[in-house]
Amino acid sequence: MSGESLNLTLKVWRQDGAGAKGGFETYPAHQIPTDASFLEMLDVVNEQLIDAGKLPIEFPHDCREGICGTCGMMINGRAHGPEMGTATCQLHMRKFTDGDTIEIEPWRAAAFPVVRDLVVDRSPLDKIIEAGGYVSAPTGTAADANEMPIPKEVADSAMDAAACIGCGACVAACPNSAAQLFTSAKVWHLNSLPQGQPERFKRVEAMVETMEQFFGSCTNHGECTEACPKEIPQDFIAYLNRDYIKSKVKNRKLASQR
Amino acid sequence: MLPEAKIPAGPMAEKWDNHKFDIKLVNPANKRKFKVIVVGTGLAGASASATLGELGYEVHAFTFHDSPRRAHSIAAQGGINAAKNYRNDGDSVHRLFYDTVKGGDYRSREANVHRLAQVSVDIIDQMAAQGVPFAREYGGLLDNRSFGGAQVSRTFYARGQTGQQLLLGAYQQMMRQVEVGKVTLHTNSEMLELVMKDGEACGIITRDLTTGEIAAHNAHAVVLCTGGYGNVFYLSTNAMACNVTAAWRAHRKGAYFANPCYTQIHPTCIPVSDEFQSKLTLMSESLRNDGRIWVPRSADESRSARDIPDAERYYYLEEKYPAFGNLVPRDVASRNAKTVVDQGLGVGPLKNGVYLDFSEAIGRDGKDTIEAKYGNLFQMYERITGEDPYTLPMRIYPATHYTMGGLWVDYNLMTSIPGLYACGEANFSDHGANRLGASALMQGLADGYFVIPYTIGDYLAPRLGDPLVSLDDPVFTDATKGVRDQINHFLSIGGTKSPDYFHRELGKLIWDYIGMARNQTGLEKAISEIRALREEFWKDVRVLGSNDTLNSSLEKAGRIADFFELGELMARDALDRRESCGGHFREESQTEENEALRDDINFAHVSAWEWHDPDTPQTKHAEELIFEEVKLTQRSYK
Repeated sequence: MSGESLNLTLKVWRQDGAGAKGGFETYPAHQIPTDASFLEMLDVVNEQLIDAGKLPIEFPHDCREGICGTCGMMINGRAHGPEMGTATCQLHMRKFTDGDTIEIEPWRAAAFPVVRDLVVDRSPLDKIIEAGGYVSAPTGTAADANEMPIPKEVADSAMDAAACIGCGACVAACPNSAAQLFTSAKVWHLNSLPQGQPERFKRVEAMVETMEQFFGSCTNHGECTEACPKEIPQDFIAYLNRDYIKSKVKNRKLASQR
Repeated sequence: MLPEAKIPAGPMAEKWDNHKFDIKLVNPANKRKFKVIVVGTGLAGASASATLGELGYEVHAFTFHDSPRRAHSIAAQGGINAAKNYRNDGDSVHRLFYDTVKGGDYRSREANVHRLAQVSVDIIDQMAAQGVPFAREYGGLLDNRSFGGAQVSRTFYARGQTGQQLLLGAYQQMMRQVEVGKVTLHTNSEMLELVMKDGEACGIITRDLTTGEIAAHNAHAVVLCTGGYGNVFYLSTNAMACNVTAAWRAHRKGAYFANPCYTQIHPTCIPVSDEFQSKLTLMSESLRNDGRIWVPRSADESRSARDIPDAERYYYLEEKYPAFGNLVPRDVASRNAKTVVDQGLGVGPLKNGVYLDFSEAIGRDGKDTIEAKYGNLFQMYERITGEDPYTLPMRIYPATHYTMGGLWVDYNLMTSIPGLYACGEANFSDHGANRLGASALMQGLADGYFVIPYTIGDYLAPRLGDPLVSLDDPVFTDATKGVRDQINHFLSIGGTKSPDYFHRELGKLIWDYIGMARNQTGLEKAISEIRALREEFWKDVRVLGSNDTLNSSLEKAGRIADFFELGELMARDALDRRESCGGHFREESQTEENEALRDDINFAHVSAWEWHDPDTPQTKHAEELIFEEVKLTQRSYK
């Protein structure tokens, strides 16, 4: 609660569409209250742009409470900006200093083409889920929930993975534009639970191979975890790799034969 | 004429089972011959799409988000109720039914609520089977917590992210059907019109938000799972894109809108800090399990919260309601917060909040225990306010959160338009005048997994062999033209003020006059001021850019236009309902202790409003509420 305000300079990536050439535009952002969120700062700038008859900056956002995973942009070269474990919408202007210049870009990844300005198309992430990111449990078939006790540690670990919000920051931060952290989070959530066992190896194989159609390869830089607003740990990638290798045996297809 | 509610005959506990037997079925092999549109992919929409797809229907699911997983169900924090009685503390289907009817202040339809309570137990089983990582105890069994308005512990949860985990579960089930081709997913697609032929729903018109393409889609039935209208307040806990447009455009086509004045103001949100504020953030109601709510006894108090001795703190909920204390229902908690703030006892720089204090719980259970239960909420609070709730009490204040009103539906969840259904928050049926905490997730999933998959068959079965209405039919080409005309009109106004300006101003009117307390003078004023602002909007809104690309100003303008008409109807409904009940508090109707005073003789009914045109007030149709099981009493939480 400071009640102070900042004068900033924004360098914002503007681009009309996937095929169009983009570039940085410079805008002043004056009298920004330190209690404002980063997105509220962009709201203020957009109101000023509209007043001046200029097209507002299109940026992805929705829930503004760090859970829907819609928002995300490179802020001074970092996915979701400088705060660890924080989505762009939860970043507040009190983390910046009067006089700062802030560079804002869309997620950078070949799998995420620009839709307009700071908005990108992340539909390949849904394709990975579609390939196997579920337990086949048709409605009406379930037994009483307490008939399958699950050790608390197992449930907690699954929840750590399930906390992923699907924002794509891991891909944007990765020098290879790999989606291993996203995929491993979903795979570990389901593969670690008893409900996920029957489809465990089919799931991991299908999800990894769908992932590879769109994204680069993981070379263990660890930038993904640094950028992740939910701080999904990198060890899940190790579990993913372990299950994937096993799947090649379990599914009776040796990796070397592919 | 209001259609029949179709409440089945027989004893309350047998109605649903009897009804499932009595309604018509579609043969498994014939289901593929029916095409069903589901609009929205939140809990209700994703679960409905998944289940209808599993049954064999050809489902087309629409969401305006870039991914179905972003629907606002994802933001629900606290939990989901179910009458499992795993705590052995006296819970039962009947008790959940009773608590929900009472919590709704006797303004919901008994038969619908009873069905909700019955299927609640199946929802938990279903979600656990799908791999939702519910909180567990060390023995591996499911954990529960308590929520407001109940004296049993029946709320299941997944840390503070229950909505997220349930939505991911339903979304994954839907994606499984996408993979096998039973569900066709349309992302970035906003429904802008309902299409009807011979009085029945036959399709929708959508706009692709990224390309501006206007497309027509036909179907044998349309299911709206498009959420509530809380964003009419501008500042609310809803996500920025939540809107009433799909439901409202159906209303304009003849679907009755029921009880629009029943809006829920959630007691525990972070108070407004400035004019730039774009949304309000909820702090889960579950915090009331361990936090104590208080304000200083003196309006002149200037000390930091920690320095105020216990005797000078006013624990107003504990003092007034010893039996329920800090766990009174949401409407009661909210109104009491408003009362103390209006008395000048508010806290924080703008004196617009009350304290939610965890020091006693931290002292009793240790910081680690509190962190394990609420860590992510405490972290979120710290990010937004810059204050540490482990050392200073949180500051909270009520904010708009949920809307109990919505499209009128019968027992089958069909609206007054044949072939058009509404599920989840988009309908009006289960929560009466006030929703209990952890019941929204329950209702969304009940409707989507366990109600609509049965009831839709009753409408479709006799239509076997009916062809889809051709997209070349004038009903589709005219509707497409209407949508295009409205878009072109917005782009041609060339006014001076942004859509957000009008939304903000509308929100202030709604909050001031149709917020936590309403009276005749204020409501009449609201109607005239909303109309005046609406006229200004249509003359002076500035929508820049074009239709053929992502254009958020254009999207907002269409949604705000609908909010204007809805806001006026909310005021009319509130004016017409000259009683207080649940979230609707008419100052003229209160007990000596300032509690909501119902008028069961004149208002034990659902108000379902019929649209005419933008300048003619809607006509009200009343559905009498008949209580067979629950005795109407003055609610008391003392």
